[in-house]
Amino acid sequence: MSEGIHPVASLLAAVARGITGVQVQWAGCEPDERQRIYFANHTSHLDFVVLWSALPSEIRAQTRPIAAKDYWEETSLRHYLAEKVFKAVLLERGAMSKARSHEDAKFVGRSLIEDMAAALGERNSLILFPEGTRGSGEKVGEFRGGLYHLAVRRPDVELVPAYMENMNRILPKGEYLPVPMLSLLTFGKPIQVQAGEDKDAFLERAREAVSSLRRIGFA
Amino acid sequence: MLRAIHDPRLMWLFGGVLCLLVILTVIGHALRQNPKSNVSRSTIDNFNAQIAAWWKMCVVFALSLVLGRIGSLVLFGILSFLAMREYLTLVPTRRGDHRTLFWSFFVIIPLQYCVLGFHWYIVFAIMIPVLACIFIPTSIAIAGDTAHFVERAAKIQFGLMVCGYCLSHACALLQLTFPGIGGHEARLLLYLGIVDQMNDLLQYVWGKLIGKNKIAWRVSPNKTWEGFLGGLVSATALGTLLWWATPFTSLQSAGMSFTICILGFAGGLVMSAIKRDIGIKDFGAVIERRAGILDRIDSLCFAAPIFFHLVRYYFAP
Repeated sequence: MSEGIHPVASLLAAVARGITGVQVQWAGCEPDERQRIYFANHTSHLDFVVLWSALPSEIRAQTRPIAAKDYWEETSLRHYLAEKVFKAVLLERGAMSKARSHEDAKFVGRSLIEDMAAALGERNSLILFPEGTRGSGEKVGEFRGGLYHLAVRRPDVELVPAYMENMNRILPKGEYLPVPMLSLLTFGKPIQVQAGEDKDAFLERAREAVSSLRRIGFA
Repeated sequence: MLRAIHDPRLMWLFGGVLCLLVILTVIGHALRQNPKSNVSRSTIDNFNAQIAAWWKMCVVFALSLVLGRIGSLVLFGILSFLAMREYLTLVPTRRGDHRTLFWSFFVIIPLQYCVLGFHWYIVFAIMIPVLACIFIPTSIAIAGDTAHFVERAAKIQFGLMVCGYCLSHACALLQLTFPGIGGHEARLLLYLGIVDQMNDLLQYVWGKLIGKNKIAWRVSPNKTWEGFLGGLVSATALGTLLWWATPFTSLQSAGMSFTICILGFAGGLVMSAIKRDIGIKDFGAVIERRAGILDRIDSLCFAAPIFFHLVRYYFAP
């Protein structure tokens, strides 16, 4: 990843912070330059930019989002934003279910994990929305398996849960004009895959780590 | 509005407020430095936070004098916007309200101040109570979600009334030049602010000193009859003493102050009821335990439109 933050990224981060007036709380850990995977609930297009803007700038410069390839390559503007501005790691959604055989699916899944691991490299951090798609905001949906596999593949990287509140009211799925309500972002205590823990148990625990950070419970 | 600076009565009034604030700030600082007295920590923090809020109000007032007509419109417009944001963040809305909310923030509130800027008085007076009152339910209906329909329309309408309409009347005191009382505008706004804020403070002080009989204990345990009446009498007396800064006689000034105090009390009580219903202490207390803009100006919001119309009706024929 090239050094520095794209000026458009800084601009968009400032705008997103202004619109959402986000109040950030580090409840379970402190901002740190060590390698991390931030995983959060997903309800709005603003989620990534707001989460990213909440990080101190030296951490921001080495933190990249994981995003869906099909969506972010659809138009040239989206592509520009994903590729050039935020240096997103674009992954194919549903690639595994499209695979013809079980062996194929396994192979595709492994290559997705390898892509993410490569993006982490020696010093980068990632932002991941394990629900895989934007929800309505009422509750945190089921997590997909990527978080688990990546955590097993790179046990040295810290997994930091985060909960974003009110984003679904600011810019919900299907709307393109934001309503400037205030939002909250809480970072929780890092979690790890425990010895002998299977995939489903870990994913459920990770989901719980995110949803337990909910504080107000806006409608 | 720069001529306001050459107005000696305004300078005396504003200078007096600033002197008082400096004294209070020094007292607040001293209390924080040695909290050995029997005053609790949180009371001292509240006291200091209140003084900080008064400084901010003075800055807003001074800025609206310095920036002139357009500047004061923009300034109060921003205040309305921020107050509305605090209110709607905590009042539940539904997905179907999204576009209506967008219109409220980015069209209705700015329009209210534009109309005021053009001195289009009749539209200013009916914009939110009439036009928005029709527009909002229509817009929600178009969105198609009928659940809790009246409730949702009422929530948005009430927010616009308090944060947009009522607050814009404080700004209107600066905007509309009255034929009979030209030159009094800035002093009238300051007078409204002083009487209203002193009423809040004195109600609190009297309530702490001799408060016993609660007015509505379910809504606010701090509001007592003793506090209300003590605040009413003493703030009215204070307002009466400020008659020299207004176009009123001392008796008229007493009447105006009395009205401001009653309305200020109503504003505080209603906003407390809303907060109690949502289950929060302050509109600003999303994370930090602090009062927001709306918590500070709730009483002013109720007093401003009535004060404005009384002045306009009786003193600007």
